[in-house]
Amino acid sequence: MNASEHGFNPAFNMATIKQAVNEAIERVRMPTPMRLRDLIRQIRAARTAAEERSVVNKECAYIRSTFREEDSVWRCRNIAKLLYIHMLGYPAHFGQLECLKLIASSRFTDKRIGYLGAMLLLDERQDVHLLITNCLKNDLNSTTQFVVGLALCTLGAIASPEMARDLAGEVERLMKSPNAYIRKKAALCAFRIIKRVPELMEIFLPATRSLLSEKNHGVLITGVTLITEMCENSPDTLNHFKKIVPNLVRILKNLILAGYSPDHDVSGVSDPFLQVKILKLLRVLGRNDADASEAMNDILAQVATNTETSKNVGNTILYETVLSIMDIKSEGGLRVLAVNILGRFLLNNDKNIRYVALNTLLRTVHVDTSAVQRHRSTILECLKDPDISIRRRAMELSFALVNSQNIRTMMKELITFLEKADPEFKAHCSSSIVMAAERFAPNKRWHLDTLLKVLVGAGNYVRDDVISSTIQLISESTNQQSYMTLQLYKALSEDLMDKQPLIQVAVWAIGEYGDQLLQASIDDDSGITPPTEEQVIELYQKLLWSPQNTTVTKQYALMSLTKLSTRFTVTTNKIQQIVSSFCSSLHIELQQRGVEFSQFFGKYSHLRPSLLERMPPMEVVRQTGETHTNGDIENDSKTPEESPQHVNSDSNALLDLLVDFGGTAPAPPQPAPTTTSNKVDLLDLFNEMDNIDTPALQTLPPTDTNLGLIVENNNGSLPIVINQNSNFIGGDLLSNTKTGVNEKDVPTITAYDKDGLKMCFSLEKVPDSNTLTINMVATNLTLSAMTDFLFQAAVPKTFQLQMMSPSGTVMGPNGQITQVLRVTNPNRSTLKMRIRLSYTVDGNPVQIQTEVNNFPTEIWD
Amino acid sequence: MMQFMLLFSRQGKLRLQKWYVAHPDKLKKKITRELITTILARKPKMCSFLEWRDLKIVYKRYASLYFCCAIEQEDNELLTLEVIHRYVELLDKYFGSVCELDIIFNFEKAYFILDELLLGGEIQETSKKTILKAIAAQDLLQEDEAVEGALRDIGLLRKHRKVSLTTMALDNHNRLT
Repeated sequence: MNASEHGFNPAFNMATIKQAVNEAIERVRMPTPMRLRDLIRQIRAARTAAEERSVVNKECAYIRSTFREEDSVWRCRNIAKLLYIHMLGYPAHFGQLECLKLIASSRFTDKRIGYLGAMLLLDERQDVHLLITNCLKNDLNSTTQFVVGLALCTLGAIASPEMARDLAGEVERLMKSPNAYIRKKAALCAFRIIKRVPELMEIFLPATRSLLSEKNHGVLITGVTLITEMCENSPDTLNHFKKIVPNLVRILKNLILAGYSPDHDVSGVSDPFLQVKILKLLRVLGRNDADASEAMNDILAQVATNTETSKNVGNTILYETVLSIMDIKSEGGLRVLAVNILGRFLLNNDKNIRYVALNTLLRTVHVDTSAVQRHRSTILECLKDPDISIRRRAMELSFALVNSQNIRTMMKELITFLEKADPEFKAHCSSSIVMAAERFAPNKRWHLDTLLKVLVGAGNYVRDDVISSTIQLISESTNQQSYMTLQLYKALSEDLMDKQPLIQVAVWAIGEYGDQLLQASIDDDSGITPPTEEQVIELYQKLLWSPQNTTVTKQYALMSLTKLSTRFTVTTNKIQQIVSSFCSSLHIELQQRGVEFSQFFGKYSHLRPSLLERMPPMEVVRQTGETHTNGDIENDSKTPEESPQHVNSDSNALLDLLVDFGGTAPAPPQPAPTTTSNKVDLLDLFNEMDNIDTPALQTLPPTDTNLGLIVENNNGSLPIVINQNSNFIGGDLLSNTKTGVNEKDVPTITAYDKDGLKMCFSLEKVPDSNTLTINMVATNLTLSAMTDFLFQAAVPKTFQLQMMSPSGTVMGPNGQITQVLRVTNPNRSTLKMRIRLSYTVDGNPVQIQTEVNNFPTEIWD
Repeated sequence: MMQFMLLFSRQGKLRLQKWYVAHPDKLKKKITRELITTILARKPKMCSFLEWRDLKIVYKRYASLYFCCAIEQEDNELLTLEVIHRYVELLDKYFGSVCELDIIFNFEKAYFILDELLLGGEIQETSKKTILKAIAAQDLLQEDEAVEGALRDIGLLRKHRKVSLTTMALDNHNRLT
């Protein structure tokens, strides 16, 4: 309706009636907009998503039209409706300018909705929001406190650096306002402004100090929040505020001692919000400062002992107190008190309190291990908690508490936990147990027993590193071999469902030490007798025919069985029979082994004993520091993860083996110089990717490096590497086992698998960054060699791609080429990759282009 | 500092969202969707905290509504539960035993109350009485304007807008609700 300003006389006359009729006609043409309430009802009445969409679209179209017509009477209602529509997830950006118009209106109702809309629809990414600065400036000078309040609230929520700079002066002035309602809001605005533009802090400093001499809790709490931010901002300011420690102590003391004040009471505790903020500021001020810490020792002790603990609010304060005590240079007695509070938390019925306690203990365990150790049994109890978050924390904390003194009892509990644990815990838990056992094992026998229990307890969830480290340990401990082989045999004869890693370790051990197995001395406590040769062979038959066992396991078993033919005396014929039956196996890997191993029993049987000799013990350079107890300062930096040292030594051992066994070291892959790809084709590659014009793409010519050898050989977890040139036993077993043995929990995707070329990406996120490392492994599954192999990749331009040089350009049958790619994803968007592969096989050039879309999205989280 | 607060129903419908950090709309939607699914999938026996990206998520269910806050690593998660509870108490006092429908139909009021409790992601007032008084006073301002507008409409005050007979009874606060 267009307003034309005429006077109106309530007395009826012809003119007014006429006017009314005209208006009514106009109204029919342009009806009163639907009320917010009615719109909400209509939307809620919609039975399908489509129905809802149509109601919303209709209303949005209408609202747009009123905006176009500059209808100021109903603007407020229309924006309110738009805000509701926005909450449902529909676009509402067209309301941004209208919000500004509402803010500029003189009516409070308009302003209230206008500012609400501004907070919801604008943020600093919108250019429109700069226009709001002027309105804010006006309203910050308003005489109505609530208008100033609205402006401050909006500034606090959507302040951008530019706005902060423009309005800092106004906010500083309002911090000195006589009105507490405005003062507290201005203080928090200053807090937000400093957060956005730290160098603006200076201008607020003078006004800040006086906030603490307030009685009003609103002003006090906002003042404390502001000071905390300032102190964390600069060391100079921190020093400047050291002198307020006595003030803070006094305020806190008054809070505790003050009688009941209904206004600020929360279940018997006086203003817990303010108490927590003050405790936090004390922590900041007392950190690394003996004098300041001294000044607050008493009050912290008082809070820690006097706070009512039956409700969440009391525990909230205690929790903050504990954090402060642990962070400042507090007295020893106070620290014990703090850890005891956490100990009590662990016994609390409220699961939130238990969770917080475990979390805090985990943070403080390195500061004061012995105090935390006292609560070990309670922590172990938490392993049985019904809440999965608590179990996870308890598990992490338990591993942090393991040391050489308590390893036996702790491991007993943790292995029980492992057996019953949820699948998602098993991998992490088993690896941690292995790590802890490696560091603190009292003796070899115990260590081996523990590893065996892990293999049994975690089943298929055991990570590959556990298999290789167990095998290595057995090989190293010469006097435990017969015992261990017997134990493994016993474990094998029991239930084997979902325990591939156990089978692999067991058959490896039996293959190596089969002769010792038969003569194993009967252990007094175990009560098992060594099996006969026939029993062992029968077990192998079961393993080899069981459809549940993976091909890799069967490969282990077949290899092991062949070895047994030189360890056993009476069953050689039976073994030969089994091995040769695999000559016709449908699986090519097994068939190849069947055929090859059969040769040992025929023409070359004189070579068999020497070829299948026992492997020399695999020695590992142990990491130093085994004598440290957990929680020692030296160990702080060391997370109980895989140490790189171990990895190195492992691959060294493999290299040694190669030399020992094969006599000659296998030749490193022969890289051929590649011609650089032609530009036109590359552009095609780009153009085909959606919405990309200049994506990052790099190709590097392969370089000749000996590292390639290590990488390749490291792929196999089996230490039975034999000269690759003779391609008779080892080669494919190696290449077939999972890549990246020493990496944990690495997701692998198959990027390409066709015409005998298989390409896998194992993805590894670099912690705390947006970078993903992709280890590409291409495998040639054909019988011919692939030469001139070139791998190119392109990613959308929001990503950055870096490609390392490949390990080579030639892949023989079953050969591999590896290459490392690094993808940086600053926006955490979904990764798509277009790849091009080119190679020559049997003289024919092949070129393949495809897109890889199956990257797991959770990798970026 | 609190980064954002979400209110959503057991059916996963968003009822209120307050962001104290600037994110593009698309990201806000993604975060909201992700958190709603994660939290709704959690069993009632589980604790109220989640570690999510580099934030701590604190949530609590009141009747059919979930209140969910994202706070930073150094913030006190137990205190955040108290903040949520304080907000629920305020809503309850304001609406008189609040229910989900009150918040749906008066979502702007729910925002106004939250804005008196928190500012820029930090607590600004710890007294319930002060907050409710501030809200009541502002509601009164609106009503005064409405009455003034209505009086103007029937000509008892000098009016600014052209009115017709049919809108005489219309009171200004209807413009909103």
